[in-house]
Amino acid sequence: MTLLVEPVRMNSTADAEPHIYQSNVTRPIAVDVSKVSLTFDTTDGKVEALSNVDLQIGGGEFVSFIGPSGCGKTTLLRVIADLQQPSSGAVTVNGMSAEQARLGRNYGYVFQAPALFPWRSIEANLKLPLELMGFSPTEQKQRAARYLDLVNLTGFERKFPWQLSGGMQQRVSIARALSFDPELLLMDEPFGALDEIVRDHLNEQLLQLWAKTRKTVLFVTHSIPEAVFLSTKIVVMSPRPGRITDIIDCNFPRDRTLEIRETPEFMAIAQRVRTGLRAGHSYDE
Amino acid sequence: MPVARTAWCTHPLVKRSAPVVTIVTVLIVVWYIGAVLMNLSLVRGGFEREEAPYTMMELLEGTMSAERPLLPAPHQVVGAFIESVFGYPPTAPRSLVYHAMVTLSATLLGFGLGALLGIVLALAIVHSRVLERSLMPWIICSQMVPILALAPIFIVVLGAIGLQGLLPKSIISAYLSFFPITIGMVKGFTSPDPMQMDLMRTWSATSRQVLSKLRWPSAVPYLFASLKVAITISLIGAIVAELPTGAEAGIGARLLAGSYYGQTIQIWSALVAAAVLASGLIAIVSYVERKVGRRMGART
Ligand SMILES: Nc1ncnc2c1ncn2[C@@H]1O[C@H](COP(=O)(O)OP(=O)(O)OP(=O)(O)O)[C@@H](O)[C@H]1O
Ligand SMILES: [Mg+2]
Repeated sequence: MTLLVEPVRMNSTADAEPHIYQSNVTRPIAVDVSKVSLTFDTTDGKVEALSNVDLQIGGGEFVSFIGPSGCGKTTLLRVIADLQQPSSGAVTVNGMSAEQARLGRNYGYVFQAPALFPWRSIEANLKLPLELMGFSPTEQKQRAARYLDLVNLTGFERKFPWQLSGGMQQRVSIARALSFDPELLLMDEPFGALDEIVRDHLNEQLLQLWAKTRKTVLFVTHSIPEAVFLSTKIVVMSPRPGRITDIIDCNFPRDRTLEIRETPEFMAIAQRVRTGLRAGHSYDE
Repeated sequence: MPVARTAWCTHPLVKRSAPVVTIVTVLIVVWYIGAVLMNLSLVRGGFEREEAPYTMMELLEGTMSAERPLLPAPHQVVGAFIESVFGYPPTAPRSLVYHAMVTLSATLLGFGLGALLGIVLALAIVHSRVLERSLMPWIICSQMVPILALAPIFIVVLGAIGLQGLLPKSIISAYLSFFPITIGMVKGFTSPDPMQMDLMRTWSATSRQVLSKLRWPSAVPYLFASLKVAITISLIGAIVAELPTGAEAGIGARLLAGSYYGQTIQIWSALVAAAVLASGLIAIVSYVERKVGRRMGART
């Protein structure tokens, strides 16, 4: 199943400026990042975290961001979620500004750490965004139950976060991000701290969930297999200054299983991501 | 080692109380030695004035049973304490219970006022940079003036506007106790993890929601830590406030009367009463802390 028309890469060399990509998506554009730059003023000089980043993401896409540490993946996600203001450029989300989208509660953000509220039970953690958004108590309870079930954690309602393993906590934080049905799911290395087996398991669960809910997902990872397995589109980034060096389409069927990782198509895409990553890595510092 | 011989000293109760018992024993022994040494010349002087022969034993006994010793022996203090607590009806002016209650009421009112003020100031500071910059120096200055110098001024000024008795004492007590609460709660209200703050932002929570759902619960451990400091300071404030007024009742009044008449034993038993009161108050705060902690999922 092909969801998207192949994006056309204008520049083929990684270091050419500016980096412009065009994609003629068939679905309405969910996220439009145009010419976004962000420079941090730190005590020891300026850090160009993002330089002239252009990116269009269609509704229902699963986009992975991959790149060396410090290339601005987190920063880009934060800019899209209006947690950080770009120095220049604009972000449009579902036709609104990022701020309007945030005020309209379009984002479900999963951070690298679970960031659960330790004084709340698992159920109460799930209910927190629902409480803030004024859902009725019965609706809160129903949704908490439904999304706990979705991440296979039914029966843990009364437990407190410290009584759960790291992977379980991360699943709670994913359920929490989904509980209010946001348009966009932003996930920053959600499985970074987990072992391979748990990670595989959560990858499959996430994929099923995405296939079921058809949400737009923006997903940061350091793992090439994870990116290739999950995504419809892989964005390869490179540091100093933080920029996009390659966008790779990757349209395996939505009901894919972990076995596709052995196929030549999978290997080919993984190889292309690897090459892109190598180009971005600079060892001369 | 054979099990039978070690059984008694591995009993959990023994294990838990052994360190405490050891320390208390050491302290009491040191105290007795101190009492003997400090009262020695006093007692010897007494004997010599009477020009009566005395033995070493009599001298030693004398150091531990003097009527107005420099340092009373522990059993004298305990005896006087028990007598003044249980020997009189609790409303009698000679009863320590009566005096303790007078001080306790000022302490609790002062603690309540101080906690309220402390929390309100912390909220103001957390929510406004301007307030932080304008309030913080004054708050710190307020604690640099010795309370012993301020207390009489407070009493006189408040007396001039018709406030007497309980309230001036409570105000002095509150003046001291708000400080640790402000400092602790500013820290507590700003203690949420940046990630938790970001989460609240992505849910577009109002600042009131951030306060009630995130800042307050995060501040609870800090709250109890500062309440424990504050409640003992409240007690000290109430006692100090009783000194310059020549108050007729209260632990401070007992201390003052004791030093007027050289009744060291009375001073010491009043001090013991203050210590008992302070430990009781801290125990209550700790108890509430544990209860709240359990409801907030603290590890047990
Ligand atoms: N708040 C900040 N202040 C100053 N510099 C920052 C800030 N946040 C990020 N940076 C800098 O911006 C650059 C990009 O950071 P970012 O966190 O986006 O990287 P990343 O791609 O997410 O890296 P990682 O894979 O290690 O998470 C880094 O050089 C970092 O030092
Ligand atoms: Mg990051």
